[in-house]
Amino acid sequence: MGERKGRGWSLGLAGLLTPVTIWLGLFFLVPLLFILAYSFGTSGIYGEMTLGFNPGNYLRVFDPLYLEIVGRTLVIALTNTLLCLLLGYPLAYFIAFKGGRWKNILILLVMIPFWTSLLLRAYAWVVILSGNGIANRTLQFLGITDEPLLLIFTPQAVTMGMVYSYLPFMILPLYAALEKFDVRLKEAAQDLGASRWHTFWRVTFPLSMPGVIAGSILVFIPSAGEFVIPNLLGGARTVLVGNLIQAQFLQARDWAFGSALAVMLAALLVGAIMFYVRKVGAEKLEGV
Amino acid sequence: MQRDTRISRGRFLKVMGAAGVAGSTLSILACQPNTNPQQGGGGGGGPEEKKLNLYNWADYVAKSTVPGFEKETGIQVTQDFYSTNEDLLSKLRAGGTGYDVIVPSDYMVEIMIKSDILLPLDRSKIPNFKNIGENFRGLPYDPNNEYSVPYQWGTTGILYNKKELGQLEDSWEPMWSPEFEGKIGMLNDERETPGAALYKLGYSVNATDDEQLAEAEAELKKQKPLLRGYFDSTQNRPLVQNGDLLLGHVFSGDAFLVMSGNEDLDYIIPKPGATRWTDNMCIPKGAEHPDNAHKFINYILDAKVGAALTNYTYYNTPNDASLPMIDGALKKLPGYTLEPEVFDRLQVIEDVGEATRKYSRLFTEVKSS
Repeated sequence: MGERKGRGWSLGLAGLLTPVTIWLGLFFLVPLLFILAYSFGTSGIYGEMTLGFNPGNYLRVFDPLYLEIVGRTLVIALTNTLLCLLLGYPLAYFIAFKGGRWKNILILLVMIPFWTSLLLRAYAWVVILSGNGIANRTLQFLGITDEPLLLIFTPQAVTMGMVYSYLPFMILPLYAALEKFDVRLKEAAQDLGASRWHTFWRVTFPLSMPGVIAGSILVFIPSAGEFVIPNLLGGARTVLVGNLIQAQFLQARDWAFGSALAVMLAALLVGAIMFYVRKVGAEKLEGV
Repeated sequence: MQRDTRISRGRFLKVMGAAGVAGSTLSILACQPNTNPQQGGGGGGGPEEKKLNLYNWADYVAKSTVPGFEKETGIQVTQDFYSTNEDLLSKLRAGGTGYDVIVPSDYMVEIMIKSDILLPLDRSKIPNFKNIGENFRGLPYDPNNEYSVPYQWGTTGILYNKKELGQLEDSWEPMWSPEFEGKIGMLNDERETPGAALYKLGYSVNATDDEQLAEAEAELKKQKPLLRGYFDSTQNRPLVQNGDLLLGHVFSGDAFLVMSGNEDLDYIIPKPGATRWTDNMCIPKGAEHPDNAHKFINYILDAKVGAALTNYTYYNTPNDASLPMIDGALKKLPGYTLEPEVFDRLQVIEDVGEATRKYSRLFTEVKSS
């Protein structure tokens, strides 16, 4: 195959790929290798690193306390992914099929939150949801409640904050997948006697599967590493893997254990995603 | 094995150093025409450029501090901020050089001295050291003030709503009281919060004994359902002020800041123990402008500058010469000017070495429960 394309072409491609290779190598691969090397090292009391081969850091991950934290994190990340899918799919569907000439503006509106840093938006939620914040004052003004409700620093606030933050990552790939969808396929299905529901489940949804997969991965991975939202909106009452890793790098001065946790989390996520893509992806993608 | 890391870190520093030199050459060239005329090159000679990189806690200098120093010396100050001692240490460990003055707390000074990342101070360049009060010289973490000079000090206690709760006893009990469920905020801090439990039990804040730590853990697990959450001191402050919390675990300056404008709030330093902490100015190894750093440290220790600083931060000053110039209203706030018997019950958080990880796991365990 390569030979047929000719040498000049692949040289050109190599030239184009060089900058990104250097970039990824320097700023992605090298730090990753550092983490891998650290994860087998030993952190001294004052955080000084000694490299070596110390598998003890990995054994410590299996402490029931830490396993519980990993389990809790995965449940939260999975819940967040499902919620984003349930909320995002109808919107992506609407924009793709009913958006008409408003399509681009609607998609732009989905992306607008990205123009402000996540941290600022999280702080904004603190202001909105606090005891005498806008949400509570509106509820009281409308006579729906008498007393301020406990809105902020609750598990619900964390869920809300995470869905809010990651929803666009679900909508955009879904929209991209649905937007390419050939509407004539729907017409064909209906001509052949399928109900609208049937058409959706047997034709539209399977064909949007690449978007579902991409969106789910884009939401699931950062959700599993989240540590800002639980602290800011949850009052730091729960510990997720992200918080645990952060604490190892800062307070505990244990970069070796923190690195081992990070490697394990990465391995777990890669495993989960391979399983997901194989299980869901292969069937649906090839089944069509 | 250890040597390998050292080498790689050394190499890294060299690269960073080279980058730094290139950077500063450029900036010298760029800044030449703007050299401050007031300066006249009279500041102790030396080839040091007129720059200082200050790495400090956020909002921890008076509005007049840095401009005053720049005016007096012609040295341009660049400020950068951190929010925990641990952030500061990680940054320095990761090779974050280029800072000339840092402001670590007591136990962190000890860690930094043991880690050999501080430059010894040249006391002959800090004549104003004479202003430092007897109580703040030669503290255990740096017995001869070889590496550190006190900047500000304060306590960690409870800010609460006096209007709602009435005057409280000096005790940790209210922070464990089911009456105030959902209205209590503790610090999100692996030493201060386990420390509060240790104080409550009558133990040392630097306990390393497994049984004492287990008791403290049990206390914190008992407390957790009553808490609104674990926050920074600067978060607890507005939460108490706006009524979301009735009681907040805070650093004294945060308490005084809101109390000075709100008589409904009060601050207590609980019995039988509470934390007294001291932040210090140090010069990290690798500082590019150590001479300027000494000048800055000396400037801060000036009586007037020190008073202006404290009148802004609302913490306490270790500077005896500044004391007469401290705002009278501030001095009158409860918990600001300490009676000797209150001062005596305060403990200093020290580095606990290996046990640091016990504290870390303990706090994770509590938050996970």
